[in-house]
Amino acid sequence: MTRYAIRILAVIIALGVWHFASTMKIDFIVSFKNIPSPLVVGSALGDLLTSSKFYVHILVSIKRICIGFVLACLLGIPIGILMGRSRFAEDLILPYIEVLRPIPAVAWIPLAILMWPTEESSIIFITFLGAIFPIVLNTIHGVEQTPEVLVRASQSLGAGKGAIFWHVVLPGALPSIVTGLAIAMGVSWFSLLAGEIISGQYGIGYFTWSSYTLVQYPQIIIGMLVIGLLGTGSTALVRRSAQPFLRWQVKGR
Amino acid sequence: MAIVTALKKTDPLPAAAQPAARGRISIETVSVVFGRGEASHLAVDRAQLEIPAGQFVCLLGPSGCGKSTLLNSIAGYVEPATGRIIVDGVRVERPGPDRGMVFQQYSLFPWKTVRQNIEFGPRMAKKNAAEIDEIVMRQLEMVGLTAHAAKFPSMLSGGMQQRVGIARALANSPSVLLMDEPFGALDAQTRTLMQENLLGIWNEVRSTVVFVTHDIDEAVFLADRVIVMSTAPGRLIADIEIDLPRPRTLDTFTSSAFMLLKKQCLELIRQETMRGFHQVQGGHA
Repeated sequence: MTRYAIRILAVIIALGVWHFASTMKIDFIVSFKNIPSPLVVGSALGDLLTSSKFYVHILVSIKRICIGFVLACLLGIPIGILMGRSRFAEDLILPYIEVLRPIPAVAWIPLAILMWPTEESSIIFITFLGAIFPIVLNTIHGVEQTPEVLVRASQSLGAGKGAIFWHVVLPGALPSIVTGLAIAMGVSWFSLLAGEIISGQYGIGYFTWSSYTLVQYPQIIIGMLVIGLLGTGSTALVRRSAQPFLRWQVKGR
Repeated sequence: MAIVTALKKTDPLPAAAQPAARGRISIETVSVVFGRGEASHLAVDRAQLEIPAGQFVCLLGPSGCGKSTLLNSIAGYVEPATGRIIVDGVRVERPGPDRGMVFQQYSLFPWKTVRQNIEFGPRMAKKNAAEIDEIVMRQLEMVGLTAHAAKFPSMLSGGMQQRVGIARALANSPSVLLMDEPFGALDAQTRTLMQENLLGIWNEVRSTVVFVTHDIDEAVFLADRVIVMSTAPGRLIADIEIDLPRPRTLDTFTSSAFMLLKKQCLELIRQETMRGFHQVQGGHA
């Protein structure tokens, strides 16, 4: 209980500092001259919550995340398993990952626009790219750290290759895969925002950037906070939905 | 009684050969080499051993002497460089459910409950649900963990985990039970309890047991026969019959016969350890 009280207090302190800095128009190292105060942002939020267009922006972003993320899972987990299990596959695919992974999402935008038929598909492609690398790498890691003693135990209990995979390798890799999915969810939001800022007509990233060009400063802050909230919420959702499969990790006698 | 008569109808062997007719192990000049070329090293050197069906054998030796390696080659995890191992007339080539294995620790499937761990073997053997149920119930009862069937291994103490490990290996009714220092990680009190517990279980199942340990007390207390192994290269250097009466209890540990046998083993191992120690020192000088 006290811990939650401290957390709430921390948020209140931040709001207080923000209010003070913006109303006093502090200009020391960073400038708060053009930064709206929390109250102004709050009233702007009230207006936005009654506008259906605001929800369209959010829903469009969520849809792009869902498609990109699901595609990254469908492709990334099998690739990771394959690479973790077969040295040949690892040698074949790893060079691509090593070269492509450090490229930030923003750098992909021109090529994505050139490669994909619609703006929508290029934004989803960028989201997908952000998500797939953490998924692949964490899946490889999970599959490769299968304890040898468990493989031996299952062999002595009559398990063949298929059974070892389903009963030992896959469940053993699951915690690592889930970590990969949670990281991927966060990264796919970064990537989505990059894609939406440069191109698009809808989406919460587009909303944030266009508010800047339209000189609607409170909206910028609202856009940022919504992005933060959606990122945190979706990551928590990934972890939560994997929880039933990871009940065995609980400690305590 | 019903089981005995049923056996008589199908089995033409004389009555004396019937109990524990499975589980005969022949280790024929087995050497195990690890690594290749210059980095290779001889872990087991021409081990020769006959274990009759139903015997409880302890492989005793200092750490790193190759006793686990020899056990692993009976299990089929390690392929001997020379020689062969035959269990019930069949040459060992790979691991199989006829040779149950109990490891030192952390060998339960952590994502499976106690029950799911025990039923793994019978499921792999494609037994039907009713049979599996019966086997699991029997095993749980035998190791006294019926109340913990739905728990995950992480919720159990080390001793309980090892009991699940034993139950899981026995669920396949193996002819041979291979145990690799199964109580080595337990505290002294739990270890003694587990040793008595194991003898009780063995008295029921009567499979052949090959039990690896570096603890002389443990070896003498449990075994019909203690095989002493030397270090680098691992050789079988002594074969000591343990004729202590069964059932063995806590009193066995303090009996003079136990002390005598223990002393015998101790001296053999000491001689060997000293010899190895001097060799290593001489080699470096």
